Amino acid sequence: MKTIQVSTTINGDPAEFICTPDETLLDVLRNRLGLTGSKEGCGTGDCGACSVTVNGRLVCSCLVLGAEAEGAEISTIEGMAEGETLHPLQRAFIEHAALQCGVCTPGILVAAKSLLEKNPDPTDEELRYWLAGNLCRCTGYDKIIRAVQVAAAEMRGA
Amino acid sequence: MALDAYQKREFKQVGTRPNRPDGVDKVTGRAMYGADATAPGMLHAKVLRSPHAHARIVAIDTSAAEALPGVKAIVTAADFGVPEDAFLLDVQDHCMAREKALYDGHAVAAVAATSLAAAKAALNLIKVDYEVLPHVTDVDEAMKPGAPVVQAGRAFENVPAGMSENVTHHCEFGHGDLDAGFAKADHIIERSFRTAATHQGYIEPNACLASVTSDGRADLWVCTQGQFFYRTLCAAILGMEASQLRVTASEIGGGFGGKTMVYMEPVALALSKKAGRPVKLVLTRDEVFRATGPTVSSSMDVKIGMTKDGRITAAQARLRYSGGAFHCGTVDFGAQAAFAAYDLEAVQTLGWNAMTNRPKESAYRAPGAPLSIYAVESVVDELCQHFGLDPLAVRLKNAADKGTKSSYGPTFDQIGLKATLEAAKAHPHYAAPLGPNQGRGLSCGFWFNFGGNTCVSLSVNTDGTVGVTEGNPDIGGSRASISLMAAEELGIPYDKIRTIVADTSSLGYNDVTDGSRVTFAVGLATIKAARDAVQKMCSRAAKIWGIDEDAVEWVDGAAVPAGPNAGKFPPMTLAEIAAVSAETGGPICGHHEVNADGAGVSFGVHLCDIEVDPETGATKVLRYTVFQDAGKAVHPSYVEGQMQGGAVQGIGWALNEEYIYGADGKLQNPGFLDYRIPVASDLPMIDTVILEIPNPGHPYGVRGVGETGIVPPLAAISNAVSRAVGVRMTELPMSPPKLLKAIEAKG
Repeated sequence: MKTIQVSTTINGDPAEFICTPDETLLDVLRNRLGLTGSKEGCGTGDCGACSVTVNGRLVCSCLVLGAEAEGAEISTIEGMAEGETLHPLQRAFIEHAALQCGVCTPGILVAAKSLLEKNPDPTDEELRYWLAGNLCRCTGYDKIIRAVQVAAAEMRGA
Repeated sequence: MALDAYQKREFKQVGTRPNRPDGVDKVTGRAMYGADATAPGMLHAKVLRSPHAHARIVAIDTSAAEALPGVKAIVTAADFGVPEDAFLLDVQDHCMAREKALYDGHAVAAVAATSLAAAKAALNLIKVDYEVLPHVTDVDEAMKPGAPVVQAGRAFENVPAGMSENVTHHCEFGHGDLDAGFAKADHIIERSFRTAATHQGYIEPNACLASVTSDGRADLWVCTQGQFFYRTLCAAILGMEASQLRVTASEIGGGFGGKTMVYMEPVALALSKKAGRPVKLVLTRDEVFRATGPTVSSSMDVKIGMTKDGRITAAQARLRYSGGAFHCGTVDFGAQAAFAAYDLEAVQTLGWNAMTNRPKESAYRAPGAPLSIYAVESVVDELCQHFGLDPLAVRLKNAADKGTKSSYGPTFDQIGLKATLEAAKAHPHYAAPLGPNQGRGLSCGFWFNFGGNTCVSLSVNTDGTVGVTEGNPDIGGSRASISLMAAEELGIPYDKIRTIVADTSSLGYNDVTDGSRVTFAVGLATIKAARDAVQKMCSRAAKIWGIDEDAVEWVDGAAVPAGPNAGKFPPMTLAEIAAVSAETGGPICGHHEVNADGAGVSFGVHLCDIEVDPETGATKVLRYTVFQDAGKAVHPSYVEGQMQGGAVQGIGWALNEEYIYGADGKLQNPGFLDYRIPVASDLPMIDTVILEIPNPGHPYGVRGVGETGIVPPLAAISNAVSRAVGVRMTELPMSPPKLLKAIEAKG
């Protein structure tokens, strides 16, 4: 299959890759660029473990083709911390036990960050519906909701 | 007193909530899971699976696939031997069908190629000639004489007349005179229940990277709950010596029991051996549903007699479980757990397993127990309704306690059931008002807990820090708990300790991470390894001071002279002793090896409020509180996490999750869209109340906490729903169409 050359920006840095026309953005990130922080839990857009943002929009990267990333700005879990400084969401997840196995965590962090950029002060219900596309099988979501609210409050300067 | 017996003490670090050592890796995407590893020259593998529920494999032609460019190896059952051991043969047959495909999704061949695309293309070129056979996927149908026989010659030797040879197992537990007991009852209720098979639903699909070299050595990187057990199985199937196969457990993206069994790992090893290159094999979600995991499905009858003041006079359960196309003994656990919460004079539990054309059952959090306890707790609830009795009061009246001869034989030591029930009774949740279409339900839950083979090595580094090497994959925060216990025992800060999970070449055998055993058994071994190191450090200090080593004590992280020498020398801290270890006899390490018993059974009580929409049959969980005895909660946040996670898995089982088979015997919902696990918007906060009734069999009083939490939700939700709609529900899941039908039938 003929490959396509794609120029894009990932976590603020220029990135170029080639991919086949049927290759998903998730496969590109994981297999061609070594960014394995995004996980494949289903490959059908049902679990959210592969969540990234493309031009600021939250997507399941398993439902986006690599070729669609041409000229786009992509953010993944690997770009969430600034150097050694964790994002408030990342810190809150550790401090409030919002992760167990951790395989859904990258996707949930990316999704939660995306919500807080749009809505810095969500209700629990808004948060629960926003995260309804991100499956977690370990926690029962309780501590995830609490951790996001702690981080949201911190980010608001509350 | 035994060395490992509980001793009351004031804890300094155990019971605090420090950050987990794997936290930063997991929030930054650095943690390495099964599918995240690569190797030089790595090939990609895919598995060809049976599209039939039951079919004889007449012939497999792989020639066209082998000719495809990029294809490096193909294996079928012909590439494996035929193990003599029946269990091992089942494990192997499950990984790769031999003679017959036994369920929809059963592996029949596998390909390794230079790209995933080539491997997929090769699957399409493999020609399998099937002779389709009649199938059976329902447990009751499978037990009837004349049912399609899943595997001939596997029948339980004492199968009663009138049962199919699919019946591979029978068990019986109990004591007392049932007839006399039922004769004393003021009312008897007997009901039949059915539960669907569910999947563990771990978010990380099974994945491995296998590398076999031409000199016979092999490495396996795999997401597993037990690298040592995987080594045992893979080495036996591949005909390798254990020392030549090193298995490394990756970070594990959920297991819940489902990653205690090999599925495709021996296949990946066989492909690697044949191709002479590393092979990565990652299952798709469809494959995870069709060929890994699920629980048993069940059909059950429960009969309980009660006096009008709420005393249970006799109880009987008949359990029919199916663990899929292979022999399965999980019904034993269901039968043993069914009435464990009750102090009964007359009780009997009978269990059968029948083979069906479904994938081989794997453990799922307290395997077998949620089902039988669901049936029992439903009948108890209905009896409470019949007499107008308070369901908590009735459970307290009949509750098992220290000294109770349990329904499965042993006499209980110190248990926390009554305290847990009292806590539920005193909680504001129990007295909160309910609105229209709302119901409150409760259920007791029980799990045995396990100890098992455990080996821990603890090294004191010369800079005063400590490494703990253990052999159990961390599925719920155990590295943090182990570090906490080591810190407590050594008297040094938690952050001076790093606990790692070793590969199979670095430590002695450890049983699988299951049975809620890790914090209990690995914790016990860690405490004793720390005591071993402390003894050595005291001996080094004694040597330096020139006094008898018996005259040295360990206090707050330092050796101090005791007895007649008290005060003669300043204390030597762990760091000071470690720094000069080269001059006092060399490195200082502590070890402990044990086959631990004394795990201590676990009880929980769940309380839930739900609301049913009478128009749609949809159930919303409004409030949920978990009460559970943790013995000693080493890291309370992670104990709460186990209780919350278990509860929500049980809620999913009660309301939505099920394996749906069509008349063609094919699984109709092998994906997260149609197999619906709970999402954040389905749920309220899950409140937790941890009780700490020390386990006499652990130095710190620890009990396993991981599994009990999934046991009560099935009945708690069903009891709440039944009370809300005024119909006794007897089948799980209570998905909206089923519930709507029940509401409409009531009129």
